[in-house]
Amino acid sequence: MTRYVGVRLLQAIVVIFIVVLIVFFLLHRIPGGPARGILGQQATQQQIDDFNHAQGFDLPLPVQFGRYLGQMVTGDFGDSYVENQRVGDLVADRLPKTLVLTGLATLLALLVAVPLGVFQAVRRGRASDHVLSMVNFVLYSTPVFFLGFVLIIVFAQRIPLFSAQAPQGGTLVEILSDPRGLALPVITAAAGMIAVFSRYLRSSVIDNLHEDFVRTARAKGASEPYLLRKHVLRNSLTAIVSMIGYYIPVAFGGALVVEQMFNYPGMGLLFWNAAQRSDFPVLLGVVFVIAVATVLGSLLADIAQRLIDPRTRKVTP
Amino acid sequence: MTAPARSSADERLLAFRRNKLALVGAALLVLLVAFCFLGPLVYVTDQVHTVLEAARLLPGEQGHPLGTDDLGYDVLGRLMAAGQTSLVIGLAAGALATVIGTAWGAVAGFYGGWLDAVMMRVVDAGIAIPGLFLLVVAATLVTPSVPVLILVIGLVSWLVPARLMRAESLALRSRAYVEAMRLAGGTGLGAIRRHIVPNAIGTVIVNATFQVADAILLVTYVSFLGLGIPPPAANWGGMLSGGLAYSYDGYWWLIFPPGLLIVLTVCAFTFIGDGLRDAFDVRFRERA
Repeated sequence: MTRYVGVRLLQAIVVIFIVVLIVFFLLHRIPGGPARGILGQQATQQQIDDFNHAQGFDLPLPVQFGRYLGQMVTGDFGDSYVENQRVGDLVADRLPKTLVLTGLATLLALLVAVPLGVFQAVRRGRASDHVLSMVNFVLYSTPVFFLGFVLIIVFAQRIPLFSAQAPQGGTLVEILSDPRGLALPVITAAAGMIAVFSRYLRSSVIDNLHEDFVRTARAKGASEPYLLRKHVLRNSLTAIVSMIGYYIPVAFGGALVVEQMFNYPGMGLLFWNAAQRSDFPVLLGVVFVIAVATVLGSLLADIAQRLIDPRTRKVTP
Repeated sequence: MTAPARSSADERLLAFRRNKLALVGAALLVLLVAFCFLGPLVYVTDQVHTVLEAARLLPGEQGHPLGTDDLGYDVLGRLMAAGQTSLVIGLAAGALATVIGTAWGAVAGFYGGWLDAVMMRVVDAGIAIPGLFLLVVAATLVTPSVPVLILVIGLVSWLVPARLMRAESLALRSRAYVEAMRLAGGTGLGAIRRHIVPNAIGTVIVNATFQVADAILLVTYVSFLGLGIPPPAANWGGMLSGGLAYSYDGYWWLIFPPGLLIVLTVCAFTFIGDGLRDAFDVRFRERA
């Protein structure tokens, strides 16, 4: 196990290095460079040269990359070009808000998807399974912002149950104390997850229902609810864990759209605004944090899976 | 008595046809393609010149069955033209992602070792950056157009097929016929082309269908984030996000028609993919 974790950690570091490499060189392709973005179209060539020199943009790219990497290792993401703030502070302010949004959405999705998936698996091939599958596919196929719009029309305008505007508070406490504002962004973000999770769980439960040990237990007279609880769901737990680990980057992608739609002050909105203004250190910082979260998430998911399910321990990384 | 031998292709077709959802998907797709590509031959509209004095007409007004948008374009005709763009980008980007991913995964899994380790870490890195974030960055670098969107969406979508294909390739490379070809002096690339990819074709095709569905959704998101193709060109995502800008004025005909067409199209591809998976995967067939 220690060896396994060691190898996976090493892999994780390599992956994060490649992420930084990709994004760094991609961002350096921005036309006119960050100088144009910050100083504006009216800036003279002299001003641009001065700016580039001050920021070290006139150095060869590999040197710049080395310097950037050196800063990153010490936890320094540099300063935002637009906001007069450090990137680390901006991200530290926004990340918890996005985590609240995606965390609540994931929780809601699991609460709905697990019973749904099990129900469909048990009743597979019947009318109820087909209808729910259909609903699932439609949910998956609906663009997040279209769904969000429909939800706003129905649950904020026709039936004024929730607010169409996300909580705008500066602190987490303020955000959490506005459930009417939080409801629609969370539901919107959860919808796609519900579709994917329940589909995944359905096939996992069907697979497990066909296992020999289930057949044996059934032959020995175990009741169906007992079978489901003790033999099937416990085995499907590994599927849920790996699914959540795998879903982290998708959830961040969804947050980008949901935050934009409801004007929720999280990482997605930060990233989008930064992209509009070529705020290069912020873009890099956000992507770095998401990549680290994703890599750590899938690492933890794999380790958890090995702890839960002894069968997976045989698999080498 | 033995049952008459049936080829696996026949059985697949049978399994596909038994899956009603897949048939619905196929029928839906035929209808959608006909609407987008044959529709404009029957229902001719001008989708290039704006008619500002005929903007935001209600459905049915002045001979516009679905009304007009904020620039005076006939919505029904625009849905057809926009659908062509959405379908072409979705199909081409899905195909591009499948080709890149299949080649990448096949090579990584077949050769294994260091090459595999490095190639798959690149895939891990790509997956760790959400595609939408890359698309947002890409849009600041290049002006969106149909070929650009195909290229960019294809380039952010090949990672999942690469992972799937790598697993297949890893499993297939130790099969006797692949070993035999290698012993007979065949090249690695030859083995990949002749044996590995053809034997994994089921996985590849099923995934390609889902790739197309996802690509169509991605085009939609790209438009919503303000990075769509500039007018007079149109796609459903652009129409939908454009309509949402007027959502509080009650212009429902600018929102629901493109929204529903996106849902129907993505559903059609997902249904087909699901049916194909049943058809290719014997395991699923027995349990259905």
